[in-house]
Amino acid sequence: MTVEESNKNSGENSAKSERLEVLKTYKMYIDGKFPRTESARYYQPVVNGSSLGNVCLASRKDVRNAVVAARSAQAGWSRRTAYNRAQILYRIAEMLEGRSQQFSEELVRQGLDVETAEIHVSQSIDRLIYYAGWCDKYQQVFSAVNPVASSHFNFSTLEPVGVVFTVASRDCPLLGLVSLIAPVIASGNTCVVLASEKCPLSAVTFAEVLATSDVPGGVVNILTGRIKELTEHFSRHLDVNAIACDGLEPGLNTEIKEFASENIKRVKIYHQDWSTEATANPYLIQDFCEVKTTWHPIEQISESGAAY
Amino acid sequence: MNQSGTARVFSSPAIDQVGVVERAKRFTARSIKSQAKRQGLGMVLSMIDLTTLEGMDTEGKVKQLCYKAQHLHDSIDGLPNVAAVCVYPNFVGLAKRSLAGSGIKVASVATAFPSGNSSLEIKLADVSMAVSEGADEIDMVISRGRFHRGDYNFVFDEIAAVKAACGESRLKTILETGELGSLDKVRLASDIAIAAGADFIKTSTGKIQPAATMPVTLVMLEAIRDHFQKTGLMVGMKPAGGISKAKLALHYLIMVKETLGDDWLDPKWFRFGASSLANDVLMQIAKQQTGAYQAANYFAID
Repeated sequence: MTVEESNKNSGENSAKSERLEVLKTYKMYIDGKFPRTESARYYQPVVNGSSLGNVCLASRKDVRNAVVAARSAQAGWSRRTAYNRAQILYRIAEMLEGRSQQFSEELVRQGLDVETAEIHVSQSIDRLIYYAGWCDKYQQVFSAVNPVASSHFNFSTLEPVGVVFTVASRDCPLLGLVSLIAPVIASGNTCVVLASEKCPLSAVTFAEVLATSDVPGGVVNILTGRIKELTEHFSRHLDVNAIACDGLEPGLNTEIKEFASENIKRVKIYHQDWSTEATANPYLIQDFCEVKTTWHPIEQISESGAAY
Repeated sequence: MNQSGTARVFSSPAIDQVGVVERAKRFTARSIKSQAKRQGLGMVLSMIDLTTLEGMDTEGKVKQLCYKAQHLHDSIDGLPNVAAVCVYPNFVGLAKRSLAGSGIKVASVATAFPSGNSSLEIKLADVSMAVSEGADEIDMVISRGRFHRGDYNFVFDEIAAVKAACGESRLKTILETGELGSLDKVRLASDIAIAAGADFIKTSTGKIQPAATMPVTLVMLEAIRDHFQKTGLMVGMKPAGGISKAKLALHYLIMVKETLGDDWLDPKWFRFGASSLANDVLMQIAKQQTGAYQAANYFAID
């Protein structure tokens, strides 16, 4: 039988059936690139009996590499103007909007119903816009000129803590992720995110959005893997300045706090339904800032008070 | 050798560039066990020439560097000191006083560093000044312009003259490989420097990119090896610039061991010219001891 005959015989559907679907490789996102795990280990998260695919199982060295990337990006990111950071957060929202269909479908694959998935995607977009708006405003709200009894102009402003390790929510793979990343980076922090172990797909796809949104490499780094394997390594890491945990079991939270006490890093633990509007607020930005107070000597002209 | 007076003809073996790059890459694929790593990291520290060569250097900066050389990280017990502190000639006296009794050497760049574009008289005066201030080691630069013109005898004579001016001090000859262009030229310059009496050959000033790379260092190590096999005399090696990570430094040690042997794994014969390498090595040692990854802001700024 010739090739032509064979094609003819296999019928009209042949074009469709011979097309092999190209499956996506879910890789991690470190320093603006998409590497596989250095450990070459993978796992298959299962939702409703079906596998989501091969996902990287990050090792302690991946954590190390991601923290190095976040640290080297931090100075540059926090030096950008608040206005520019707002523009970039807005840009992430634009990019997410353009791919909302894909995100909805992926959320459905990860076990959400269609309606919830769509709500979560649009809320994620809105949340980015919300924090984009706060970038150049939270300073005015949280900073202060303090009354002091000496010849000083005394003022307090917020500074980003530095590198924040974020453990994403297990049940809210996109909205929980975005709701923590946005306030963390809004003030000039960089972060390393460990995606939800159960539903990591949205995090990886969100990395593709970040990669095309003018977010400098290293500002957000996304790892996938098992929290229990990595807890000690990121909690004890001296170059991680704060940890944000969302929806972890209490035992794990305690373990993280104990390790984090070694260099007194800040640990913030959240247990909330991110789909309520109240969970978006500027206090989340404040959670990852530290207050810097400056005493600036001034001339005290008379008894009439500070004269700056 | 030819008969017409002092003029020499220099010829060096041709370098297989692809082969050298491949070979250098293999040194980075050795598995290093944790015990060997611990030893290696200590060895790297003891081989560092802690360097400050900036136009903005001040006495305070040099004093601070000398303090750092003797107190790398006091909260870790049993750390070695670095091999030397490397400064400009006008800071040699100060460094010498600051390091008195520590056993740490003072190295000084000289000969119109970093370009080397000046007369022989001025270069020799530069060297004499550093030597009279007490420099234990002199880091000279070769005249790359004359080298590229093919004036190899000029380059040779200059190195020999500087060597004579060094007296008891050991001479390191900087080839500035980033300006030489090819590995063949690197090999030729190495052979000239060794023949002219250099105690050490050194890759770079640190002012030009690329500075030290593994292939370039390998070519220079092979020049040292061939010289040793021919004459039985040892020459030291100092890669400088661009080595800022402990892992890379360990790769260099493996390369030295496998090319020259254990005798060169000694601060007398092998050095790293670096400023930020020390802190990275300290961070690795602290990681090995405590199990926690370290952060740069817990270590002294050089």
